[in-house]
Amino acid sequence: MKISRDEIRHVALLARLALDPAEEEAMTATLDAILTYMEKLGALDTSAVEPTAHMLELPAAWREDRVTNVSDTDALLANAPARDGDFFRVPKIIE
Amino acid sequence: MSAGDRFEPVIGLEVHAELLTASKIFCGCSASFGAPPNQHTCPVCLGMPGVLPVLNRRVVEFAIRAGLAIRCAIAPRSRWARKNYFYPDLAKGYQISQYELPICVGGHLDIVVDGVAKRVRLTRIHMEEDTGKNIHDAHGSESLVDFNRCGVPLLEIVSEPDLASPAEAGAYLRTLRTLVRYLEICDGNMEEGSFRCDANVSVRARGTTALGVKVEVKNMNSFRAVEKAIAYEIARHARVLEEGGTIVQETRLWDADREETRPMRSKESAHDYRYFPDPDLPPLVVSEALVAEVRRAMPELPDARRTRFVAALKLPEYDAEVLTSRRDLADYFEAVVAAHPNAKAVSNWVMGDVLRLLKERKLDDALTITDWPVAAAHLGELIALIDEGAISGKIAKTVFEEMGTSGGTPRAIVAARGLTQVSDEGPIVAAIDQVLAAHPDKVAEFRAGKDKLLGFFVGQVMKATAGKANPPLVNRLLTEKLRGE
Repeated sequence: MKISRDEIRHVALLARLALDPAEEEAMTATLDAILTYMEKLGALDTSAVEPTAHMLELPAAWREDRVTNVSDTDALLANAPARDGDFFRVPKIIE
Repeated sequence: MSAGDRFEPVIGLEVHAELLTASKIFCGCSASFGAPPNQHTCPVCLGMPGVLPVLNRRVVEFAIRAGLAIRCAIAPRSRWARKNYFYPDLAKGYQISQYELPICVGGHLDIVVDGVAKRVRLTRIHMEEDTGKNIHDAHGSESLVDFNRCGVPLLEIVSEPDLASPAEAGAYLRTLRTLVRYLEICDGNMEEGSFRCDANVSVRARGTTALGVKVEVKNMNSFRAVEKAIAYEIARHARVLEEGGTIVQETRLWDADREETRPMRSKESAHDYRYFPDPDLPPLVVSEALVAEVRRAMPELPDARRTRFVAALKLPEYDAEVLTSRRDLADYFEAVVAAHPNAKAVSNWVMGDVLRLLKERKLDDALTITDWPVAAAHLGELIALIDEGAISGKIAKTVFEEMGTSGGTPRAIVAARGLTQVSDEGPIVAAIDQVLAAHPDKVAEFRAGKDKLLGFFVGQVMKATAGKANPPLVNRLLTEKLRGE
């Protein structure tokens, strides 16, 4: 196995996914298959290849440092699950 | 031997400096501080689906500027990474940062502690976006989020663990703050959070080289707090180890009211960020041409300015050091010299009366004095009046005080109050005669050899002329009268 049930639980926790035991099992099998497939890449000799961080070789797309956005707080807050004045309201964050 | 002698602290600092750009790092929202909540937000910095970040060129220029000043290697290719974590101050669920390939690597900063110079090595400088702000107190069961700060550009400046005391950490931070302000890339305001510092602290038995277990300390919002928090941690480590205990690697928060550190809840500090290259941003290519462009536009740095003050303006080292310790002070000094090119006299006034006035008005801790109580051109004019012999140095002090309150020009104040120095012999001789006539006993004592009474007579004559008499002239005429007759 390329990935353990414990690792699946850890990753699910980090991703805030609540998996039941059946889902955990299915996910373990699925990810294991994916990782096994990806292992084929290991067969290639990449010792002479620069590590690739991006698929495209693009020149930098800059923005000049100018304020271009007009604020539309109401429209943006319309997507908030809850608001309080101009604040987004979220469940209590415990420090 | 005390615990402090047996253990040696090892300290490294991570500084987050908010950059003084007009707009945010990846969108066209304003990056300014103090707007009403969520005024400076848009779909990009709120992490709405389908949006793409576009890099602000100025952020890269500022990073290179810092890197050149700190003598880092500027990476021709660096990479953007996603740092993944869920917290309501970051709507996307990840922060765009740099991880494996930061823009600046290495470099050093020279600091001075108790007159001893020390070179502190830097690990790296990288760019990232700031997070929003949470407000926890307003409601019992809920928190409020303001995303104005989310996406404001930051430089994270990481030192090697080269600092060996709280005082060295403080000196490093002050030096770095002076530098970023000279570079015009960050305002260095610790209280408003635009210049923040986390400390990595560990101790080891003196004479050993292996590093001890380190603790990260956060939540210090002044230089003093950083020094106190580090001193507290060093003492705590030494005590735990003395008692045979072990230090746990953790993140602790400084409590400024109770002057102690406390562990952050372990759930929050158990971070697993799963960094990976951000597919939304291509690798950052920094050309030699861009580095050269930034280098040409570099503002003059404190060391260069200090050297220039000594070499070109013939100031003593001490004056140059004091005047360049803050950029606005050095700028002010130069503006006064531009108005009246007598550098040493200007330096004396700026280091003396101007700094005293700032202290009295409690402006000496202000970040930049944009509204100096006495305009540079006016101070130049005042010193010119002394050099021309129009007023005495003593009268100038009175005029300076009035300039500080009324904002008037020295010439206007001198004219309005009739303070022009009297250099005509007639009125001075009259005053001398009057003084000598009033003190025949003292005149006799002087003539009997009590030379030091000359000072007394000068004082009396100055008093009789309301301080306006030209002092060298008074001296000469008095001596003639006393000796001659």
